Amino acid sequence: MFDTLFFNLLLNGLAHGMLIFLIASGLSLIFGLMRVVNFTHGSFFMFGAYVGRSIFLATDSFVLAILGGLLFGFVCGALVERIAIRPFFGNRVQLLLLTLGMMLVMNELVKIIWGPTILRFPRPDYFIGSFMLGDIILPYYRMFIVGFGLAVLVVVYLFLNKTRLGIIIRAGVEDSDMVQSFGINIKQVFTFTFALGVSLASVGGAISGPFLGVYPEIAMDNILVAIIAVVVGGIGSFGGSVAGSLLIGLISSFGGFYLPQAAMAFNVILMALVLLIRPQGLFGKGGLASGR
Amino acid sequence: MNPLLQLNEVNTHIQGFHILQGISIQVPREGVTVLLGRNGAGKTTTLRTILGFNTPSGGEIKFDEKVINGWPPFRIGALGIGYVPEDRGIFGSLTVYENLKVAARDGIREMEGRLEKVYQLFPDLKRARKQQAGTLSGGQQQMLALARILVSKNRLLLIDEPSSGLAPIIVDRVAEAITELKKELPILLVEQNYNMASKIGDNYYIIDQGRCVHEGRMEDLEKEPEIKQRYLGVAV
Repeated sequence: MFDTLFFNLLLNGLAHGMLIFLIASGLSLIFGLMRVVNFTHGSFFMFGAYVGRSIFLATDSFVLAILGGLLFGFVCGALVERIAIRPFFGNRVQLLLLTLGMMLVMNELVKIIWGPTILRFPRPDYFIGSFMLGDIILPYYRMFIVGFGLAVLVVVYLFLNKTRLGIIIRAGVEDSDMVQSFGINIKQVFTFTFALGVSLASVGGAISGPFLGVYPEIAMDNILVAIIAVVVGGIGSFGGSVAGSLLIGLISSFGGFYLPQAAMAFNVILMALVLLIRPQGLFGKGGLASGR
Repeated sequence: MNPLLQLNEVNTHIQGFHILQGISIQVPREGVTVLLGRNGAGKTTTLRTILGFNTPSGGEIKFDEKVINGWPPFRIGALGIGYVPEDRGIFGSLTVYENLKVAARDGIREMEGRLEKVYQLFPDLKRARKQQAGTLSGGQQQMLALARILVSKNRLLLIDEPSSGLAPIIVDRVAEAITELKKELPILLVEQNYNMASKIGDNYYIIDQGRCVHEGRMEDLEKEPEIKQRYLGVAV
């Protein structure tokens, strides 16, 4: 039963899961720390894809495309946090409407700049082709996405667990008042975390381009599954966003193949089940409704 | 000598309610100053106003002759004012050591230099340093909350209800620890447990409905059963 099809769906699911993880991990950290649902996260994923493609076409360097996507996200994330988010801080409803509105604007803006049609993001030459394992075909580029996602996962994990700033971010998710009492300027931590989260989404977009294609709807499609992944994994939990994303990626891959009409329904059903049985998510601490 | 911390006629409103209605207290540069009073009198709000979590709507807060009202909490914390809230404010998903690291305002090296003494005072924490702080007992969490203050150079310690929710035998240990701390740091203590307060306190203020209604030396309060009865509900 473990035929080529199975391994292809598995690799596809993992690759897609890793892309979702790049969106979901930042989304989860930002919500956990700042209580902001950042709807622009999917739009920065989309922008990352367009920016990465433009850089790649201009320079013919895929490495520069990745670095450009990362830097673009970090700078934009920092600016958005400072200019748009900070003035409304503490008002969750206003922030929700704000990021939702910004998402709509960004999703239209991209059509003005690059047009509404799907654009091709060519793979760099060294990722064209497949690895043959017996009669199992494993496309290089999908393996690259999984590897890249794993590398980011390890780096972010080490950052959150081994550096003082990372530990402060985790502490802030639990109690940001207490963090401030230790003389730490939590607002700077917020800006950094927001910028970091957005840069992960943006670089995710950049590497998704050759896999998914580049078109405006990837923003909406991916923010929804990323939110589901965050809820399933547990809000504010990094490990949870990993587990939730991979689960959603695999379900989409296998579900989408065997029952394509119900692919999105599987994700929503999974979320509903998790919320019923474990409202705080697989790795979460407090319930969804638990405020601070 | 000038007091270290001074509140002059401080007023605080929270969501339209006038909680502090002109509190004036002075915390000297040594010893334990206790804020006494019934539930809802405004003791915790007084601490949170000093720390900048609530912005005073009137009056003046001076730390070492510097007016600090309106400062953001992190700047007030950076002055060297340590805070142990009633719920301890432990980061439960972090390890004990990570909790100390967050508190290490003056750098990890400074913290490492102070750790030996901290572990001497709280040997449980040394054994549990890699343990998740959320799995510690209530008493150990209180010790961790105090230890976090000691890993940096602090000049004043604000402690809110350290005895709350702890078994009597643990309360004694916490009292011992605070007695040890007061040799090094002036402390502003909120405490409902009159026995504990009278054991470790040097000066007191009684707060009632957002105002100071009495103050003096702790040992003199012993001789005022009427005041104790009226404001603290302590049986005579």
